[in-house]
Amino acid sequence: MSEQAATTELRGFREFMDFLRAELKPRGKLLTPFNVISVPIIVLGAILIVYRFITGLGSITNLSQEFPWGIWIGFDVMTGVAFAGGAYVLTFVVYILRNEKYHPIIRATVLNGFLAYVFYAGALVIDLGRPWNIINPIIGNKFGLSSVLFLVAWHFLLYMIAEFIEISPAFAEWLGLRRIRKILSGLTLGAVIFGITLSTLHQSGLGALFLMAKGKIHPLWYTEFIPILFFASSIFAGLSLVIFEGSISHRVFSSQLDHDDHIRHQEIVIGLAKACAGAMFAYFFLKVLVFIHGQHWDQLASGWGLWYLFEVVGLVVIPCFMFLRGARHRRIALIKIASILTMLGIIINRLNYSVIAFKWYEPLPIHYIPHWMEIETTLAVVFAEIWVFRWIVNRMPILRQPPAWASDDH
Amino acid sequence: MNRRNFLKALGAGTVTTVASGLKPQSVKASETSATKEFMAVLVDTHRCIGCRSCEEACAQAHDLPIPDITDTSVFETTRDPSTTALTVVNRFETDKGEVFCKRQCMHCNQPGCVAACLVKAMQKRPEGPVTWDTNCMGCRYCMVSCAFDIPKFEYDSWNPRILKCNLCWDESTRDGGQPACVEACPADALTFGTRRELIDEANRRIYCDEDTYVRHIYGEREVGGTSWLYVSAVPFEQIGFRTDLGTTAYPEFTTGFLYAVPVVLVLWPAFLMGVSHLTHRGDDVRRREAGE
Repeated sequence: MSEQAATTELRGFREFMDFLRAELKPRGKLLTPFNVISVPIIVLGAILIVYRFITGLGSITNLSQEFPWGIWIGFDVMTGVAFAGGAYVLTFVVYILRNEKYHPIIRATVLNGFLAYVFYAGALVIDLGRPWNIINPIIGNKFGLSSVLFLVAWHFLLYMIAEFIEISPAFAEWLGLRRIRKILSGLTLGAVIFGITLSTLHQSGLGALFLMAKGKIHPLWYTEFIPILFFASSIFAGLSLVIFEGSISHRVFSSQLDHDDHIRHQEIVIGLAKACAGAMFAYFFLKVLVFIHGQHWDQLASGWGLWYLFEVVGLVVIPCFMFLRGARHRRIALIKIASILTMLGIIINRLNYSVIAFKWYEPLPIHYIPHWMEIETTLAVVFAEIWVFRWIVNRMPILRQPPAWASDDH
Repeated sequence: MNRRNFLKALGAGTVTTVASGLKPQSVKASETSATKEFMAVLVDTHRCIGCRSCEEACAQAHDLPIPDITDTSVFETTRDPSTTALTVVNRFETDKGEVFCKRQCMHCNQPGCVAACLVKAMQKRPEGPVTWDTNCMGCRYCMVSCAFDIPKFEYDSWNPRILKCNLCWDESTRDGGQPACVEACPADALTFGTRRELIDEANRRIYCDEDTYVRHIYGEREVGGTSWLYVSAVPFEQIGFRTDLGTTAYPEFTTGFLYAVPVVLVLWPAFLMGVSHLTHRGDDVRRREAGE
């Protein structure tokens, strides 16, 4: 009797391993333009990262005593996390406000957010001088409770867990684990509430990191309201990424979607465009208030003033207007362009705080410019994330409908 | 609200409360002790002769490459402290001729770097020095947060350290001795003592020789006060100091945000649970009407 149970168990295990082995194999054509470009970049990036851990940060970066943070922080972490903001905004809309219209894109968005944290916040590890000590703030090898970074570090960790719980029903459906899926989807609401709270705090916390860089950040950007500005901008940063990413995913993974999905997606994009426009207007309003209170009219006439206006007017006000027009006249192409401009604006904004307007008074030879190897490794991280995203979407019910048994269980 | 929803809400609330326990409740960047006064050093730039004996003594005390102090070519550029020289002397051309000025960590009363450190590798010791420890993870947030750009990072090492002046905290000052640089100064330009005594002494020098000194003690109020105090015969801008730093201690710039954290952690989930409850109730009503 027990022997029989053991053999069935063994057979089950063997079947599972076969399943895993089959799933691990690549699907589709291998020689696509994306693969041809991304694979060498990822391989080179991996080599550079190993090299960096042997020879120190200075070997592949242009970081200096004057510029301790470069694009690995300014782009990978600051911008990557802002772009991941779509997950908490959409989980709020779908799970808290119960707006079912956006349900079809929730899994792709949460998956994207989760992977963004794993990869971009994970890229932090290559930026740390003594990365093996990264566990210290977790295990309590001294808690730096007065540090904003302590809060951000804990929030990254907890939020990754929350997002993993949110996306985990898709994993359970993929593995066919019926009972576990039921337990996991029961945890969703709690994870969502927890996740939104954490996101509010660490999106603003990333901005709060710069509060102690007073005197080093150009007065047009430095304000005590940096945390609020970071939080407000993460809303439309995340949503524009959802629009942009959705337009690509729907082309690349169109086999997973039927005609209805495409029609529905158009409505979703228009709704997101309206939300973006609203959030951007609120953000712009805040920016104007901060600007007036800062009394920096005289600064506007300088080159930095023009750069500031380019960011605030060119990459916030104009795309905001384009989102509005696009939503009113149902012009998806216009909305897509607006989303790209918005994302560019976020990249420039976050880089201004961390790199460009940081120590604006330092002339160019001293001022930090990223080394090509820093850009290379950043691209490698981005491509690696896309690879994992594609691998998961091709195998799990992210874009396509969940299996029939899963919806029965609801 | 049925039992299951209640349990869910309870679960989310508990997790949040636990998490808020881990969050900063108060900002404690300065650890002023009731029994001890911060030790400090007064630099009289009017007395400094630019001999760089302090640089040499510092290098010896910290096992760093010994500089050739007879080489005056180093004065051609303005140097910053570095990973191999924790203190440097610079020469400035001023209204009153050449002035030499020593630079190193200022040892703030409430240091930005200490508030920045998420593992308390940077610490403000009760005696006054700000020191670095090896549980550091190398995030370099202390460098971003230092008003004086003092912490230096070893970019060329697989196991980098943050290096800066520690006021010879390990070496001598704990046993009542003086920092190496103070001991080495042949011109009596450096004086070691408690911060209070040295502010008195600085004021005395300014009042007794009003024609020579400018009426300002750099470090008395800058960024909330520092343990290194400077008096000078020329305005401080002319000898490489930033005079736009203000008198607010740097950790205070983040207190507003940190105080908001527990508030958000408690109110936000409560609000979200409330909204969620309201939107779910619509579902319950619909289901009841459908006869379930």
